[in-house]
Amino acid sequence: MAQDRPTAAELLSAIADFLREEATPALDRADPRLGFQMRVAVNSLAILEREGRLGPAADTREQARLAKLLGRDGTLEALNRELARQLRTGERDERDPELMAHLDATTADKIAIANPKWR
Amino acid sequence: MTVQMGDESDLVATGLAAAASRHFGAAAAIEGLRRESGGASRQTWSFDAVVAGDRHGLILRRDPPISGTKGERERSAALDRSTEFAVLRAAFRAGARAPEVLFELTPADGLGEAFVMRRVGGTAIARKLLRDPPYAEARRRIASQLGAILARIHAVDRATLPRLDRREAADHIASLRALLDTLGYAAPVFELALSWLDRRKPPPSAQPTLVHGDYRTGNYLADETGVTAILDWEGAHLGDPVEDLGWVCVKSWRFGSIDKPAGGFGSREELWTAYEQAGGAKVDPARAHWWEVFGTVRWGIICHSQAWKHLSGSQKSMEMASIGRRAVETEVDLLQLLQEV
Repeated sequence: MAQDRPTAAELLSAIADFLREEATPALDRADPRLGFQMRVAVNSLAILEREGRLGPAADTREQARLAKLLGRDGTLEALNRELARQLRTGERDERDPELMAHLDATTADKIAIANPKWR
Repeated sequence: MTVQMGDESDLVATGLAAAASRHFGAAAAIEGLRRESGGASRQTWSFDAVVAGDRHGLILRRDPPISGTKGERERSAALDRSTEFAVLRAAFRAGARAPEVLFELTPADGLGEAFVMRRVGGTAIARKLLRDPPYAEARRRIASQLGAILARIHAVDRATLPRLDRREAADHIASLRALLDTLGYAAPVFELALSWLDRRKPPPSAQPTLVHGDYRTGNYLADETGVTAILDWEGAHLGDPVEDLGWVCVKSWRFGSIDKPAGGFGSREELWTAYEQAGGAKVDPARAHWWEVFGTVRWGIICHSQAWKHLSGSQKSMEMASIGRRAVETEVDLLQLLQEV
């Protein structure tokens, strides 16, 4: 069943804006430690907003790359487990360009959600 | 920043009064007692002891006697308070800018494992040190001060130290892999980096030295003149001194000043030159790079283990949970580091 607007992303943005602009300054005056915690919370809400928007397509791309790289199908979790195993045993390493392209792309998608300002 | 806790404050004040009176040999009044922000299991309290009209600014480091604390510590390989006390004393006497420890508390004081040291001025907050106007002059000095102080830490005579674990490159790699396995986390970038490190690991140090183990911006105090005290010695061990030189340059510890690898304040060369001039061994850049890559993986995996403390229910904390999403920052850095050669 489709939900009415605001969408999840719009609702998260509205909450984050309220907490950042109205609640945080008040908390800073009352208890700086709580003000700091609120900034952490607002930052996490922004991650959720980006994840809702960008996450599903990023997961689909990651799974497709992994299936091609490993030559098998499986859940995202299972494929990552297999890749991690191969990297620990040294069956693959950084000299494999397809591996590195996959890791670069996956990490780029993850950081775009977790912290797009990181460089 | 303080946390008010009525009953606990009374308990701490009572235990401190007894211990401080014993140490100073006269009745001590405890004033201005406040809990600094920090974890529930490893507490830091600030207070003054007034003894015969003299005021002593002091810090209490304390592990309350609660269940579970010891298990946490065993997993994290952190020093117990009594060993930390002995390391701090040896480092202070060697002129390594450790705070001056004064006395340990006894079980009869009722505060758990704890000791008292002199309070040192300055702030540990990276954001202030890196950006605020009063620290402009300090900013020009901190990179070389960090190098010079580190040389003195590594020169601490092992005969003056308590028994410490020896941890070389191979031990660190094994313990990070074991931590990933414990967390049950499939982490391809970390596995890639650990295998890269494993194939290139330096041989065990010929002369294992005292290694601070968490030497970075955020873990020292500085004022307008620069570094005043090195804190957070609970990761101290014996091993390769270059480990500390790599860790202080990890990008996460530059707090945004990414073009200044030495803690956000200067170049690697500035750090190394000051280290060598203060008596440290000549720095091999390849070995320092290895330890910087290692430090980057280490922090990334610590991010997951911090989140796990919340997720497993051992320490409910939104802040800890959110650190899990910082791990990817180190994945970005690692892919850059491994491909830049």
